[in-house]
Amino acid sequence: MAQKRQSSSGEPGFLVHNRGDSVGVAVADLASQTKANGRLLSGEETPKVTLYDAVPLGHKLALREIARGERVIKYGQVIGEATSDIHAGNHVHVHNIRGLRWVKKESK
Amino acid sequence: MKNASFWGYRRQNGRMGTRNYVIILPVDDISNRTAEAVAANVPGTLALPHAYGRLQFGQDLELFFRTLIGVGSNPNVAAVVVIGIEPRWTERIASGIRATGKPVEAFSIEGRGDFAITAMAARAAAGLLQQASELRREEAPVSELWVSAKCGESDTTTGLASCPTVGRVLERVVAGGGNAFFGETSELTGGEHIVADRMKTPELREQFMAMFRDYAEMIERTGDDLLGSQPTEGNIAGGLSTIEEKALGNIEKIGRLMVDSVLSPAEAPSTTGLHFMDTSSAAAECVTLFAAAGATVHLFPTGQGNVIGNPILPVLKVSGNPKTVAGMSEHIDVDVSQLLTGEINIDEAGDQLWEMTLRAACGRLMCAEVLGHREFVLTKLHRSA
Repeated sequence: MAQKRQSSSGEPGFLVHNRGDSVGVAVADLASQTKANGRLLSGEETPKVTLYDAVPLGHKLALREIARGERVIKYGQVIGEATSDIHAGNHVHVHNIRGLRWVKKESK
Repeated sequence: MKNASFWGYRRQNGRMGTRNYVIILPVDDISNRTAEAVAANVPGTLALPHAYGRLQFGQDLELFFRTLIGVGSNPNVAAVVVIGIEPRWTERIASGIRATGKPVEAFSIEGRGDFAITAMAARAAAGLLQQASELRREEAPVSELWVSAKCGESDTTTGLASCPTVGRVLERVVAGGGNAFFGETSELTGGEHIVADRMKTPELREQFMAMFRDYAEMIERTGDDLLGSQPTEGNIAGGLSTIEEKALGNIEKIGRLMVDSVLSPAEAPSTTGLHFMDTSSAAAECVTLFAAAGATVHLFPTGQGNVIGNPILPVLKVSGNPKTVAGMSEHIDVDVSQLLTGEINIDEAGDQLWEMTLRAACGRLMCAEVLGHREFVLTKLHRSA
């Protein structure tokens, strides 16, 4: 990461598209073991999460527990499913979620 | 915003162009050399070399003709010199473009050779360029603006910032009575139900879903999937994890609009409003198809920094990723990264992009034009015979 920009009380560290989403998007490079403040795009809520992983700008973080096999929600829509148990504050990406579309078929 | 207007070039068929090119259009791969020689002899004209035009057949051939005729007919083009190896296909493309009323000269190489055709075509091109140089811009309302949109090297910031900003601008284009285009059939996967719900009639919905299913079946017929290709490595680096997530960000580009028509690749619309076109999601292919359909400004949201341009269609880059805006500043026309920090809201970002869209329409050169990005890529539906 080129630069670390910690979220202060003024600027949000992450944004959430829709109420009910299980993930948010980091809008700064966020360090592990810090408290991050978020903002809902369409509302007044300011969710807060303690990060267990570093989350680079543009990457996702879990807002709540997501069990293995559970659907992951962003934009109020399904973007995939968890491939392992994910805790609130975890980095969420290709290592722990996968899409439900265009999934590799079993070899025939 | 009711009085928004731009200054463009009025063409013989009534359309308004935002650019004034004289193009040298090869019909086929083996005529590229002569087309480029002509353009080299007449600086100010522009050759559009490409890889195809021989032994194509069926729908693939129809798309080829539609694309070349469409690009030549685009109002950003003042006049065309068509050069092909043989006269029949050369004349088919030339006469297709002539239907717009613009000046077109056609030459075929067989029997005469590169030298003679270069000399004859260069003489014609010089005359057309001088004619075009005397055309002047005139004022036109937004209803005469045709704007296409396609994003590239997407990341999560495109869904948060640059795509919804484009959505605001397309809403204004459509409200003003103009035309707006979007496409990227396969990149709607996971959000196709949202696009289907935006179709104005059940017939359009069925047309759209049929196109979507055909594309998905084409992918499945290859016996594999798109993992490894979609999301791209760039998308993944930027934080996108799945095709569904990518598609949902992509769809933000159509704002809150409903869809007025569904188009085949390179097909010009016959109504006004927002048009879905069945296209690949590869940037240069998709933008070339929009140019062929008659778009005169293209809006290109990018996250990680796609550098694409087009020979005749100005490509305006908008990014909400602060690292990309800082690191690739020569490529980015509009910076909406302040959306991430909350310093501006989506309406303010829309205002900024709208202003730059009109400046692009009035002739301000976009970054891609200044940098010489002129990617002209034809869509191929299947192998040649």
